[in-house]
Amino acid sequence: MSGEREGVIEIPDAVHSPDVSLPPSPDDLSPLAIDTKLVERWLVEFLRSEIRRRRFEYVVVGLSGGVDSSLTATLCRHALGTDAVKGFLLPYRTSSQESRDHALLLADGLGIETREIDITDAVDGYAERFEPGMSDHRRGNVAARQRMIVLFDQAAKLDALPVGTGNKSERLLGYFTWHADDTPPINPLGDLFKVQVWELARAIGIPEEIVEKPASADLIHGQTDEEDLGVSYGEADLILHHLLSGYPADQLAEFGFDAAKIDVVRQRLEGTHWKRHLPTVPMLSSTAIGEWYLRPVDY
Amino acid sequence: MKLNLAICQFRPVKADVEASLAEAARVFERLEAMTPRPDMLVFPETALTGYFLEGGVREHAMTAERMLERLNGLYLSGAARPDDAPLEVVIGFFELYRDRVYNSALCARLGEDPAILHVHRKVFLPTYGVFQEERFVDPGHTVRAFDTSWGRAAILICEDVFHSISSTLAALDGAQLILVPSASPARGFEPGPGVPGNVVRWDRVLRTIAEEHGVFVAAVQILGFEGGKAFPGGSVVFGPGGEAIARAPLWEEALLGMRLDLREISAARVGGPLLADLERALPGLLLHRPRGTEGGRPSGHEPEGGS
Repeated sequence: MSGEREGVIEIPDAVHSPDVSLPPSPDDLSPLAIDTKLVERWLVEFLRSEIRRRRFEYVVVGLSGGVDSSLTATLCRHALGTDAVKGFLLPYRTSSQESRDHALLLADGLGIETREIDITDAVDGYAERFEPGMSDHRRGNVAARQRMIVLFDQAAKLDALPVGTGNKSERLLGYFTWHADDTPPINPLGDLFKVQVWELARAIGIPEEIVEKPASADLIHGQTDEEDLGVSYGEADLILHHLLSGYPADQLAEFGFDAAKIDVVRQRLEGTHWKRHLPTVPMLSSTAIGEWYLRPVDY
Repeated sequence: MKLNLAICQFRPVKADVEASLAEAARVFERLEAMTPRPDMLVFPETALTGYFLEGGVREHAMTAERMLERLNGLYLSGAARPDDAPLEVVIGFFELYRDRVYNSALCARLGEDPAILHVHRKVFLPTYGVFQEERFVDPGHTVRAFDTSWGRAAILICEDVFHSISSTLAALDGAQLILVPSASPARGFEPGPGVPGNVVRWDRVLRTIAEEHGVFVAAVQILGFEGGKAFPGGSVVFGPGGEAIARAPLWEEALLGMRLDLREISAARVGGPLLADLERALPGLLLHRPRGTEGGRPSGHEPEGGS
């Protein structure tokens, strides 16, 4: 390496550890490792920049007591300060007490203002009155959409921007309610796999009981993400990483990844492309929005 | 010969040329406080609009002549400008040229006798992954060095510099300083270097160019988030021995001044005459081009794996 002039900070030549060039292995989680300090800095800069550009001073965040919303609220506080972050607890009658306790634990730790708005009457006003036989799955979707109705209305009232909490794993697996969890206009965790969310949450000091508990959408009593999905986040995230990096499924199986789990992940990934897009519009002109007429979001 | 160079890691006002020009004018004002006063000031790629404009490029493109006029107007109206002090400025912008739009960088002399010294039109337009340049702008076709008040320079824009032939052509054409206005969005956050992976890769590429050809290399990056894509900065200048001369911080606007002693080039080339070796070998290399290509096109199909 060449010498550096005095006062000029050096950047190391070595970027990748030699292991990175080895074939994927189910035992090698290093491709998912992140520099948590650097990522935190990035996400804080992103939040500051986006919220300022959109001319807001305040944000609203739905607090579920889970790690995603806890990390999101914490990053928002780091970016904007305590007074700028408004936390909303939006329980339904089946929501667990633990979720509420953890949301309040997080908010108290951050010192942010919270408000609790029970969505049971709003959800059941539809579900119980008009659709009494509704499945838990459908009711969960109605609850998720109702939460966004409240969150967006509170944002309008407070002149605040709603901030999303969805992570990359949920987005890729389609494990979210379309036009509910994915609705807020900015989403700081959207390019972090769940295991990376956990890593960052630990590094940033989110309370242990929130980080270490099993992930749950808490839409149905006793539900956990990993039981719903049929694969752990650790396994799913690694498979997703390699699939998205260009490795075909059969090659990953040759490398020792569980074929059944690859299949679960691939089917969810390939069956949910529609969930990661805006509604499909039949193109009639050469000025079709998003097809011919192309302008970036910050234009 | 010595060059007082300034590089400006600059945050454009997205899709607002007028507001970005006003910011550039504030940079001109700051030059007067620099000692020694810079002879040349370098801004990044797409400095007056931001990088990701998609179909909006045409709405913000202007001719090089118009760009010179605007910059010189701002320069001459600056209250702190000493009399008759010219400034050479390099700035990236979307250029309208012969009814086409290019991702270009202009080198111009500002002052009482303004002139365009050179326009480089980006040759290698990244069109993969997050990049869509070729969809919206046309490619340039040449890499040339050009004369300045202090010596000879060349401009390469962003991906241009990742193709080793670009800097090779610039060096063969006599460039002593290769200027690289750039807009590189951050990606790669693995533990280790403490900066995004692309910032490290830039360093490696630029340092290699400086060392191989014995030239100064200055890469100047834009700053800020555009639709979730971060331009973090990390502008850097390398000397002809491969040493980092100046480095801008991540995430901060920066105006860095430095004095480059161009005699270091000959010193480096005496110790490592690679460019002279290349000049001697090049005619033979071109005469005996690899079989299988004709005019850059594959000569025919061969089965994968061969026989």
